[in-house]
Amino acid sequence: MVSIVKQPHPRERRLIFKNIDRPGWANDIQTYLADGGYADLKKALGMKPQEIVGEMKTSQLRGRGGAGFSCGMKWGFIRPDEKKPVYLICNADESEPGTFKDRYIIHQDPHQLIEGMVISCFAVNARLAYIYIRGEFPEGARILERALAEAKEQGFLGKNILGSGFDLEIYVHRGAGAYICGEETGLIESLEGKRPYPRIKPPYFPAVLGLYMSPTIVNNVETLCNAKHIVRMGGAEFAKIGKPNNTGTRILCVSGDVQRPGYYEFEVGSLTMGELLNDICGGPKPGRKFKAVIPGGSSAKVLRADEKFKIKTKQPDGSMVDKEIAFSDIVMDFDSLAAVGSMAGSGGVIVMDDSRDVVWALNNINEFYAHESCGQCTPCREGSLWMKKITDRLAGGLGVEQDPKTLKSVADNIAGRTICAFGEACAWPVQSFLDKFPAEFAAAAKHHLPENARTAADVLAPDRAGALHS
Amino acid sequence: MSPAAAAPSAVEAVVAPLGMVNIQVDGKWVQVPKGTRVIEAVSKNGTYVPRYCYHPKLSSPGNCRMCLIEMGPPKMGPDRKPVIGPDGYPEISWIPRPQICCSSDVAEGTGYRSQSALIDDCRKGVMEFLLINHPLDCTICDQAGECRLQEFSVEFGTGESRFLEEKVKKPKKVDLGPRIVLDDERCIMCSRCIRFSKEIAHDDVLGFTERGSHTVLTAYPGRQFDNNYSLNTVDICPVGALTSKDFRFKMRVWFLKETKSFCTSCGTGCNTTIGTRENVMYRQTPRENNDVNEVWMCDHGRLNFHFVQHESRLTQPLIRQQSGIYEPSRLAEAVAEAAGQLRHFKGEEIAMIASARATNEELYLAAKLARQLKIQLFDIVPRAQKADGILVSEDGNPNTNGARLLKVASDSPGRYVPVIANKVNDGSIKALICLGEDAAACGATPAALEKLASLVVLGILPSPTTAAATVILPGAAFSEKRGSMINAKGRLQRLNQAITPPGNATDDWEILRDLVAAVGGGNGIYTIEDLFRQMAGEVPALAGLSLSKLTDLGVDLKDKLSL
Repeated sequence: MVSIVKQPHPRERRLIFKNIDRPGWANDIQTYLADGGYADLKKALGMKPQEIVGEMKTSQLRGRGGAGFSCGMKWGFIRPDEKKPVYLICNADESEPGTFKDRYIIHQDPHQLIEGMVISCFAVNARLAYIYIRGEFPEGARILERALAEAKEQGFLGKNILGSGFDLEIYVHRGAGAYICGEETGLIESLEGKRPYPRIKPPYFPAVLGLYMSPTIVNNVETLCNAKHIVRMGGAEFAKIGKPNNTGTRILCVSGDVQRPGYYEFEVGSLTMGELLNDICGGPKPGRKFKAVIPGGSSAKVLRADEKFKIKTKQPDGSMVDKEIAFSDIVMDFDSLAAVGSMAGSGGVIVMDDSRDVVWALNNINEFYAHESCGQCTPCREGSLWMKKITDRLAGGLGVEQDPKTLKSVADNIAGRTICAFGEACAWPVQSFLDKFPAEFAAAAKHHLPENARTAADVLAPDRAGALHS
Repeated sequence: MSPAAAAPSAVEAVVAPLGMVNIQVDGKWVQVPKGTRVIEAVSKNGTYVPRYCYHPKLSSPGNCRMCLIEMGPPKMGPDRKPVIGPDGYPEISWIPRPQICCSSDVAEGTGYRSQSALIDDCRKGVMEFLLINHPLDCTICDQAGECRLQEFSVEFGTGESRFLEEKVKKPKKVDLGPRIVLDDERCIMCSRCIRFSKEIAHDDVLGFTERGSHTVLTAYPGRQFDNNYSLNTVDICPVGALTSKDFRFKMRVWFLKETKSFCTSCGTGCNTTIGTRENVMYRQTPRENNDVNEVWMCDHGRLNFHFVQHESRLTQPLIRQQSGIYEPSRLAEAVAEAAGQLRHFKGEEIAMIASARATNEELYLAAKLARQLKIQLFDIVPRAQKADGILVSEDGNPNTNGARLLKVASDSPGRYVPVIANKVNDGSIKALICLGEDAAACGATPAALEKLASLVVLGILPSPTTAAATVILPGAAFSEKRGSMINAKGRLQRLNQAITPPGNATDDWEILRDLVAAVGGGNGIYTIEDLFRQMAGEVPALAGLSLSKLTDLGVDLKDKLSL
């Protein structure tokens, strides 16, 4: 793995990514130990598990996988007197398009993850944990295997860890290349050796009926790394980083049309969209203007660069005031991105400049979701492919007048009606692109289809009809 | 929080009786048993909730999304107790997202709405999704007429399609196993067949491959979908994806006359519906009876009816002449001939092989005949087999308990059959009555059967025994007659007549009644109801019963039979 040697930007606060691209850093345990590694584990093992859960709650850490659920609350679902075995799963199926943070932790700092996992397992009394790593990360899996062996050799894993009486085994499980395995219940099914069909909730909430129908904690790589720092700093101290309810740091993965794409770690909420794109990432490419940004992985709703947003802001006295802000003033945190109708999601910031055809871009996203829909439930299975076929025609010059309307209605018929959040993931891009760029879609939907047409392609491009529907 | 809301509720909350819960269905409060699945409660107390993947006997994957309804738990006050409204019921805090109702049980104080603009929109959306890639060629689909897609399209479909794309292509006419053909394009991926195979047939053999809209149903690599329950998946397949090789394209289902019956292929007696048209039997399908077969039946039993229409059926009463030639005769003549022959012999010279495939009514008359002729040696032919732990019984006979109750079977049913065969073979038996059984298959040699002075055979198909018979009385198959049987678990069930016997074949009980009358005098029984009444008057276990009292689901006699 070739790592890009790159100095952190002065505005960054490197907590999780402290060792990423660090000169002289290697991903072996000696380097990690020489840097004070596993000291936080020693501290954690001296605490009571419930104390650690308490610190997590105090820290207000929110999950870094995409949904932003309170980590302390999730851990709190596990009863201290649980009779069934408790499992912990590290979700390393990082596959949300535009997201590339977990892979760097795995590749360059695997022991940070392992230390975080051992602490987390101790806190929720899990004796068996899995790292579910996506199939496209074979090197990452090898690195983790080696790191786990090193940790075991040093007594940080296995029986009676550091004399504490706590036993833990961690196994690496490689996925086979399916986006849906990042959905936690799909992941659990896959880990059990089945097709990764997400489970219905209720009743299959992982914390109650997870892996092998036992209580299970599923956390993202970055989230588990945070556990280590929370133990070191204490929850209250950690909560001082960032903003209330948006604590800690956040790794943002900026890709697309900026001068300096890459990963950056900031205190949550410490900068605006404008600062991120212009000051940190060097602004648009020469001669270009920003057109749109998808701020939290491809399933997040797209934002227009020339948009104005009406949001409610809390005044010091607690009252709420309406305020209009520009795109560049959006603060990069969970709540602010939600307030402008999108989400912080997985931290994947996808930037498009004015050279981009939004119809093409949406079709690209639709193609991904149509390919990745697991096919278990009807709306997503049928709708995702239908949407892709429509945008495929639109992007290929075969759009018909009714396409935007149909597209929107298909997306509306998916969102909120599926087993898992994939429904929203594939519907939100369509809904938001249509909403934000109506003119572009109307322009692409230029043809009038004769009334008795069987399919649009038959009439508009008989010679291409077959090719379009592969 | 205003003080009024925090104040204790002035109205007493309505408390449901033990084992019941209060739920609101479409605005109306009802009490339903705890543990009721929401979809059942709403369908019963509100309006029918459409569904594809849900099946009451299988696990609920919640994948079709057709049963989305609105739900709301009781609104909780600051004291974490439900806020009780003026009517004594909790106020409801409706969940904004639609919820599936097939996977959860009713919960106290919860509200359910199956009728709203949102729900209508959801159902129309799902219907459209299911149809866009489905071949809309109902005219050539075998499922037409009993297809859920067709049925719910009437309510939730649109007349015209908005789908302007090419449909997904998938395998057609896939040979899944010896009895099942799959059309993957018709499949709506409800997974009922997969769950059935795993959960009911205990044969994990079906699964999906590929992803998304390209998902296909298939048997596991190197495996055949060949278990003895495979045809049940054809019944539960909501569309025309899984079809029975035996039935497909033979008959449009709306032409079928349906007769409630039960399967006579083993001691379980699975309840069935027989589908016929113009006196031809086309299929048997299982009928729900939770005391017997739930909603399933085995493939062997289901397909074990083609003999009814076999071309070699006995259709004509025959009397063997001195020359050895069989002369056709009227039934009355044949019965008189048989009675005449049998009266010549002493009781100890006659034996009777009866069948536990016969109805109680027939066995009652057979016992009577044996008494009249003072026959001491009679029994039924046993059919022990291996039970499969699902539905197939260890008794291959459907009515051993009836034969026991009516004392046609010996205390250990079948123990006298080899004795009879031996005595036929050594010549000490001179006359033999075979009722629905083949003496040759019981050990009597064809030569010994030839030597019998009288061999009266009542049956439906030719056999080595009919080849040596002196009188052949053609009877009726299970679907051609009425009567009752008692299954291995002691349930008394009723056969109904679906078709008429071929040619001059006659319902067995009528033949036996005539034979009994010819041997010992008539007693004026004209209907099978009369016969049952007479039998019920003599047999204490049947006291007070009549054929109509058996209903379509039968009556449990387990305790009376001390099984």
